[in-house]
Amino acid sequence: MLLNRKYIPVLVTFGLFLAMFAAGSFRYTGFFSSQVLLNLFIDNAFLIITAVGMTFVIVSGGIDLSVGSVIALTTMVSAALVQQQGWPPSVVIPLVLIMGAVFGSIMGAIIHYFNIQPFIVTLAGMFLARGLCYVISINTITIDNAFYTSAAQTKISLPGGSYISVSVVIALAVVLFAIYMAHYTRTGRNVYAIGGSEQSAVLMGLPVARTKILVYTFSGFCSALAGVVFTFYMLSGYGLHAVGLELDTIAAVVIGGTLLTGGVGYIAGTVIGVLIQGVIQTIISFEGTLSSWWTKIVIGLLLFVFILLQRVLSERRLT
Amino acid sequence: MANKLIKHHLFWPLSVLAALLLFNLLYSPDFFRIVVRDGNLYGSLIDILNFGAPLILVSIGMTLVIATKGIDLSVGSVVAISGAVACLIVSQASDQSAMGVIWTAIASSLLLAVLLGVWNGVLVSAARIQPIIATLILMVAGRGIAQLITSGQIITVSSAPYQFIGAGSFLSLPFSIFIVGAVLLIAALLARKTALGLFIESVGSNPRASRLAGLRSGTVILSVYMFCSLCAGIAGIILSSNVSSADGNNAGLWYELDAILAVVIGGTSLNGGRFYLMGTVVGALIIQTLTTTIYMIGVPPEITLVVKAFVVLAVCLIQSEAFRKSIMHRWKKRKYPAEQEVATHAS
Repeated sequence: MLLNRKYIPVLVTFGLFLAMFAAGSFRYTGFFSSQVLLNLFIDNAFLIITAVGMTFVIVSGGIDLSVGSVIALTTMVSAALVQQQGWPPSVVIPLVLIMGAVFGSIMGAIIHYFNIQPFIVTLAGMFLARGLCYVISINTITIDNAFYTSAAQTKISLPGGSYISVSVVIALAVVLFAIYMAHYTRTGRNVYAIGGSEQSAVLMGLPVARTKILVYTFSGFCSALAGVVFTFYMLSGYGLHAVGLELDTIAAVVIGGTLLTGGVGYIAGTVIGVLIQGVIQTIISFEGTLSSWWTKIVIGLLLFVFILLQRVLSERRLT
Repeated sequence: MANKLIKHHLFWPLSVLAALLLFNLLYSPDFFRIVVRDGNLYGSLIDILNFGAPLILVSIGMTLVIATKGIDLSVGSVVAISGAVACLIVSQASDQSAMGVIWTAIASSLLLAVLLGVWNGVLVSAARIQPIIATLILMVAGRGIAQLITSGQIITVSSAPYQFIGAGSFLSLPFSIFIVGAVLLIAALLARKTALGLFIESVGSNPRASRLAGLRSGTVILSVYMFCSLCAGIAGIILSSNVSSADGNNAGLWYELDAILAVVIGGTSLNGGRFYLMGTVVGALIIQTLTTTIYMIGVPPEITLVVKAFVVLAVCLIQSEAFRKSIMHRWKKRKYPAEQEVATHAS
């Protein structure tokens, strides 16, 4: 058998992405262009960054519900400091990134040391971050700082007349770093080991506490970075930004072939999972007559199919 | 005696509720005033019961699901779907006030809610998918289905009998309170006067052992999810009838989180195996009172989220064995040095 069984979910996801893109290209004129493909990255850069962080959390056997709220909090803090306090972006951006990382590490510490389910702790984190947004302001704060607007409008031209935005470069850098971390470092292997069986990881003497807290710290950092990118994208801070993004993120990770029980999953699969959601949205906007809620229904169906697929694959492995 | 009181599972939830009510009393002496207008009772306390009714209903269903070590994230979507179906049927009828139309609307939306519960239950019990994930599917897709039913718009109905369900009065109290009471009574009777409650707790503490002991674990899990969806369906009807409209996008948003919170505050452990229906009801009332209080003080209602975050965290920390141990350890160390010494010598 040439093909390793563990790659099947990722390959299925990739095949599905190609099929959807091909179907779109046949059906709509102007769909098959490099710019449509690149737009998938431009419009979903923040989702890619968040989903990468979430992949680590899910591989370690946890879940992080706070990502959407942390993005909203980041946009809000950035907007308030830059626009209302007049702080320079060179100070604000590192500050919000540290804030996200600290937020994640606190959640990770509570999850590990007090042995409370990640679901509940990150749920509290989600409430807290979303609530803090409204403590800052309940209205939208528009940003017209020169740095942010230029970051939003800069187009990096590629050969062939297409272009990408700064956000895409950041997202790709995060993806490359994450792939390196997951597969070529000791920390990455520890994450997979903990997801496979936490008890065994403890007995093997792996640094479980450090790794688990690190995973949530990284997820918090990714959410904050996604928040910065989101600020570039929206040029405003608002407490209702990125509502329900945690679901899109989890869906992308699952569609990307990561096992929700932990221990199995690939960063590359997650990126394709995000792109599949992007293709669905693009197809719906090209179709014109379909309404936006079909996105949710189709994503729900895909979730169902992939979870069943995982179920079947993991059962076979057991027998 | 005092120790026994503190150990009772309702002690902490009730104290929190009492503290909240006391705060309200001190803040505004009018809080407890109930006036009689047109033969109906009005007042903040009645409002809390009335507006809290859908949450209490959803939380009762959620309690049983959590008791089986499961979780149902789809209740918010089910609330939206059942409200949408009921309002759609009523709004398309030629005579919106005809009793036949109302009964058809209620029956079909509740039937749909139960079917959605079957979907969740089959995924969890037969396909053996983790409950969080299995119900996540319906949580995502369900919002889309609700918007599909309402065509993305807000359906309004003008039907006096339909409005009665959520906004009407019966025996000078809001009618929704009686619905909640009936559901609570049925759930409590089934859970505590029949073996069903024991089955649920048994499946929650160890599904495999229960199955080997001759219990149909799958059937128990399936029926629990069906009941939870049914409760969410009733809540959806009450919610939509209270405002005489159905909004597929926003109805029941975040209900799953509030319901889980209410269950946890009520003392039911998320690890399954034990449940307290009355604790859940008190938990839901705490959340509703908290919301009302925050509205009354005049801070932006969105701040509720920050308060909720700390409540969730505090409750979970108290429930966490590791946290209790570290606190108790320190407490004991300080209080009984002799005992500490004995312990070190003994080990």
